[in-house]
Order: sequence, then C-alpha cells, then structure tokens
Amino acid sequence: MASLDDLKKRISSVKSTQKITKAMKMVAAAKLRRAQESAEKGRPYSDKMNNIILNLSNGISDIDNAPKLLSGTGEDKVHLCVVMTSDRGLCGGFNTNIIKKAKLYFQKILDEGKTLKIITVGTKGYDQLKRLYGDNIIERISFKESKNVNYFDADKVGKIVIEKFDKKEFDVCAIFYNQFKNVITQIPQEQQIIPLKTSEKEENSSEDNYEFEPEEDEILSNLLPKNISTQIFKAMLENSASEQGSRMSAMDNATRNAGEMVDKLTIEYNRSRQAAITKELIEIISGAESL
Amino acid sequence: MSEEYSVEIVNPEKSFLSKNDVTEVVVPAFEGEIGILKDHISIISFLKPGIIKIFSKSGEESFYVNDGIIEFKDNNLSILTSLILDLKDIDKEKISEIQKSAQEELNKSDINDQEKYLLDQKLEVLKSIN
Repeated sequence: MASLDDLKKRISSVKSTQKITKAMKMVAAAKLRRAQESAEKGRPYSDKMNNIILNLSNGISDIDNAPKLLSGTGEDKVHLCVVMTSDRGLCGGFNTNIIKKAKLYFQKILDEGKTLKIITVGTKGYDQLKRLYGDNIIERISFKESKNVNYFDADKVGKIVIEKFDKKEFDVCAIFYNQFKNVITQIPQEQQIIPLKTSEKEENSSEDNYEFEPEEDEILSNLLPKNISTQIFKAMLENSASEQGSRMSAMDNATRNAGEMVDKLTIEYNRSRQAAITKELIEIISGAESL
Repeated sequence: MSEEYSVEIVNPEKSFLSKNDVTEVVVPAFEGEIGILKDHISIISFLKPGIIKIFSKSGEESFYVNDGIIEFKDNNLSILTSLILDLKDIDKEKISEIQKSAQEELNKSDINDQEKYLLDQKLEVLKSIN
C-alpha cells in the first residue's frame, strides 16, 4: 500500500490537473459561443451562393459545354480528399471521428483501384494520417497562426484545390469535416464539392427566367471557384464550432473524473491514516500492558 | 411604398446590411454599371471592383466592393461579396493595403487578360476614393 506521503502527493497532483481541465472547459465554452455565432452568421452567404448556383445550373442549356467544375471531368479515377481537423488536441473524439470517416472513404477508393490524394488542413489530421497514408498526402495546410476562422484562409485552400483541378491532377474532390449539431453531438461529414452535386433541385426555381449578364457559362465559371471556397469556409466554421463543443464536453468529463479520483484517494488517505493511528495505539497499549 | 424594394448584402462572415426601403441600387457589374429599380427583371450578374450606391429614403450610402455576385428576384436584391467596406468610415490604411497587394498581383507575369482588367479596375477605383 502506498504511503501517506505518496497519497498526499497524488491527491494534490490530481487536483491541479482538475484545475487545468476546468479552466480549459471554461475557455472552450467562451470560444464555443463565438464560434457558434459566426457559424450561424456565415450560413446566409453559403445558402444564397448555393441558391444562385442552382438557378444558374438549371439555366444552362448545353450540358456538354458546362464548366468542368460543375459537370466533372467525365472520369472517376483520381480522388482528392480534403480532411479538415483541428490544430490542437484535447478535444475528445473530434479528430478521431473525422479520420475514421475519412479512412472508410479512403479504403473504398483504394479497393476500387482508384488513385487517392489527400490534403490535410490542421496538424492533428496530418499526425493521424501520416503513418498509414503518408504517401498519399500531397499537401498539408495549417492555420495555427490565425486566431479566428476567416474567409481568406478558406480561400487559400480553395485556390489550391482549384489550381490542382485545372492541372487535371484529380477528378473528384470531397471534403471531410465535423458538422456542429450541439455540444455533445458532432456529425462527421463527407461532402463532394467537385463535381458539384445539385441533387436538391427546387421545383419552382426552374420556372424563373433570369437575365444573365454576361452569359450563364461565364458567370458560372467565375462563380464555381468562389463556391468551392465558400463551401470550404462553411466547413471550417462548422469545424471550429464542433472543435470547441467537443473540447468543452471532453474537459467537462475530465473534470468530473478528476473529482471522483480525488474523492477516492481522499478516502484511501483517511483510511490509511486511521490505520496508522490504530496501529500506534495498539503498540502503546500492549507496551504498557507488558510492564 | 410602391417604389421601394429590399436589399441584402452578405459577406462570408455575416449579413452585412439589410434594408427594405431602397429606391435604387447602382452596382458595378462586370459589363458596366447597372442601376436597379423596383420591378427590374430577374437578373444574375457578377461584379467587378467598384462602388455600390444605395439610394433610400434615409439618404444615399456607398460601399466599396472587391468582387461579388448579385441576384435580383421578386424585388429582393441579394449581393454576395467577399470584401465590402463602408465609404463613410473608410480606413485609409486598409485601402492602401489593398492597393498595394493589387499592384503586386498586377506585376506578376502569369495573369490573364481578365484578371488584369479586374486589377486595373480595382486600382482605379481605389485611387478615386483615396
């Protein structure tokens, strides 16, 4: 059994860990509110963008001449995956969940004999993927220096993706991120951005006759790259809210566990203290009796 | 009243401005400025760097935009832009910063005609406000 001194040391060390996790939880909670706000504020932009693109793609008469970003290259050989994770750890299953989802997809691609290319956004994703898929990672991006998620960072990622697409380095592009549902639940998402999926066609929008200036194709070819950045930005916003939410609940759990541990250790400490006292008493009494 | 319609400007970070008593909006569309009045035909267009002017009952407001897309439908004008600045409380330093980066971009050799045109436009507009 551990000595009294050892127990005392352990209690105080658990207590100081608890202080750290508690503080981290508070910080995460404060950041979460801000991240959630900006995620909500960012929604109108991406929604509107989606709407316009939908209207535009409905207006396109000649599908063969549609921009490649919309219709795809016509092939399905090389897949590019943009895996978005956090730069910092201690956020529970946040990164692991994205990676798990991504790995399933990777396996599917590789099983079908297609080529896989990976771009990691955020250092944690790179750390987790480099062992198994190190050869597939073609680019790693990290925004550790940026304090908040901002559009220009997303634009940078978008530009890299588009540049690679223009060079015909891949056919299909998918992004992986966590969608923020609430503090406890974040849903890992897989979203295909190239070619664009326009599955949610609105019935009424096809009836509208828009005037386009300049031509549809030209607007589309200008708009689609922007849409890529917008989608990535949206994913980054969702991700940052999810990260903080996940960290908050992870740290909350850690604080609670530390509390339980302190209780258990305190009981053990008191018991052994009691035992030592009893032992001393018995020694004194039996010593006195033998006189 | 009958002459008024609503406009909403959004940038990626937030909804920048929303008004429902505008009478006319002038936007720097790619092929020239467009003034939009009520009951304009549905239109989608994209913007070049320039000044958006919004006329409403409460007066006139001007904004600088870097780029953007507009959609007008059922008397609702949506303007999506990645960078917008209010000319009322403009930051001179910010303007010169954009100006400088645009100039640098322009000096690169691998830009195409369209990009060059847009950058030229940008510099011109920036010069006029600074």
